[in-house]
Amino acid sequence: MRLLSLLLVLAACGGDAVTTTIATTTTTTVVATTTTTAVPDQNFPATVIAANGEVVIPERPEAIVSLSATATEMLFAIGAGDQVVAVDSLSNYPPEAPVTDLAAFTPSAEAVASYSPDLVVISFDTNDLLAGLTQLEIPTLSMPAAATIEEVWAQFAALGAASGNVDETAAVVAAIQADLAEVVAGTDLGGRTLSYYYELDPSYFSVTSSTFIGSLIGQLGLLNIADPADADGAAFGFPQLTAEFIIAADPDLILLADTLCCAQNAAAVAVRPGWEGMKAVAGSGVVELNDDVASRWGPRIVDLLSQIAGAAGELAAAA
Amino acid sequence: MMTARVSPFAWLLAGCLLLVAALAGLLIGPAGIDIGAALRGLVDALPGLTVTSGLTGQESAILLSIRAPRVVLGALVGGTLALCGGAYQGVFRNVMADPYLLGAAAGAGVGATAAIVATEGRGWVTPAAFLGAILAVYITYLVGRRGHDRSPATLLLAGIAVTAFLTAIQTFILQRNYGSLEEVYSFILGQLGTGGWGEVRLLAPYALIAAVVIIAHRRVLDVLTVGDEEASSLGLEPERIRRRLVVAASLGTAAAVSVSGLIGFVGLIVPHVIRLVAGSSYRVVIPLSMMGGAVFMIGADLIGRSVLSPAELPIGVVTAFFGAPFFLVVLRQSRRGL
Repeated sequence: MRLLSLLLVLAACGGDAVTTTIATTTTTTVVATTTTTAVPDQNFPATVIAANGEVVIPERPEAIVSLSATATEMLFAIGAGDQVVAVDSLSNYPPEAPVTDLAAFTPSAEAVASYSPDLVVISFDTNDLLAGLTQLEIPTLSMPAAATIEEVWAQFAALGAASGNVDETAAVVAAIQADLAEVVAGTDLGGRTLSYYYELDPSYFSVTSSTFIGSLIGQLGLLNIADPADADGAAFGFPQLTAEFIIAADPDLILLADTLCCAQNAAAVAVRPGWEGMKAVAGSGVVELNDDVASRWGPRIVDLLSQIAGAAGELAAAA
Repeated sequence: MMTARVSPFAWLLAGCLLLVAALAGLLIGPAGIDIGAALRGLVDALPGLTVTSGLTGQESAILLSIRAPRVVLGALVGGTLALCGGAYQGVFRNVMADPYLLGAAAGAGVGATAAIVATEGRGWVTPAAFLGAILAVYITYLVGRRGHDRSPATLLLAGIAVTAFLTAIQTFILQRNYGSLEEVYSFILGQLGTGGWGEVRLLAPYALIAAVVIIAHRRVLDVLTVGDEEASSLGLEPERIRRRLVVAASLGTAAAVSVSGLIGFVGLIVPHVIRLVAGSSYRVVIPLSMMGGAVFMIGADLIGRSVLSPAELPIGVVTAFFGAPFFLVVLRQSRRGL
């Protein structure tokens, strides 16, 4: 049977910026496989839609370069780790990732090309990197920060199709979704409505519920004190709050996503002027998150949500 | 004709403006504290006075630990930057000189960046920023006065070159240390929002030294405006005086920048506004710039934390956004020259 195209539509996908549909052109029926390495060549050439449009990957890539820390985590999670030959200097997870001095923020197409990649994944198109790689005819997927959880699934699916790990990807996504659902279902706030302040840096930049991270935490039923600060979305969901507002809001939880970048922790928060009387500081409401986990939209979102859910649950139980 | 001294009316007006700005900064904020209670709370905080304010513990903390140090810090930073800007303009006999054009801020930025990258905590940021500022202005001064051409344009070009060079170094350091990007970027944006009494204590001694030295030399700055030969004939040593003032102004600038980040515009604009409205003698420009800078910065900070409340606007944005049109209006309406 001649199958002209296989459309893999993820029901949950709704993002505008990232692919929702992955198309491949084959001459025979695609056979589902449960192995992790043997991917039928007939899956290629594959056409994947990323933020930079349709990208054709002629053959199963064996030399992937990732300039996105999140994409690196996704690739290893879906079993494409052995196809990855180089990752940028910020891709510090998983430990077996082949870290190089490639710079994600100031990349050079020539430096990337020196690894002879047959697929490149980026999250920022700085220095005209995309144009440079396109000129060199290197298939490149642009995957910017996900704005919604649906975009996360879409990026997983795109990487799965592009790397030839479709089935593994589907299984990983299903597992993450199940884990997230389990965390949400297992969070017992005892009927209390807890509020939280999410700190991106020590100058009080925060996130609203309209952001990816805000919507993720919102699944736990927590109230975000930053929402009124960007009601019109002018700050794209990342307003800078004032200390006065945070103290007056007196949130139950203070979630620190600036522990690695800026050496913030519960002790540092406790000595901030005027913060010592806040209930989160006086109690055990200051949660020290890992910046890397908190700033990526990859497989470790379960770890992040689980840590926050655990802290919220403990706080509710202690009340 | 130069106005030789600050008139009592000008002192009174500047004092009233400072008082109004400080009270507005203390009484207005997103927490919505009752103004009467806040006033009583302020009186209660004065030594030797006890008044029942009616403030909750949280409101009291907001008033005395957030708003009060922020107002004082704004006054110190604004006053110091404007004072130092005025001093630079006198020292270099160039009305376009300000801490940024001469590279002091860029030097402080490099020093602070290096300290943030290389050390734990922020204990080294202030001394490193200070050293960077001193070095930057010294190089600018050294390069700008070499050769036959000692025109103001040469000095400005030297300042621009030094600033570009130091900015390149800062960018290079940042590119090699992505982990510090957020903290350094936050520093570069400039803000008073995270300042407390600790920052006030850090800045106050430097600001005091800079103020005492510069104010003590305000008459000498007037003499320097007529030329080095004339100043020498009056028994002054222009080079020594310049060095002293550059060190004092760089000290003040570096200290201000190290606690508030890179807040632009104040050091250039405030002295000019004072010149346009009160006269061009440094006996007037220096003290009134200090007062004007304090008022300007407290006002800018109040706007920054009120206009998008409860969100905040970086103060550097406010100083330029509101300061530039204001300066243009003053410039257009004034019949005086700079």
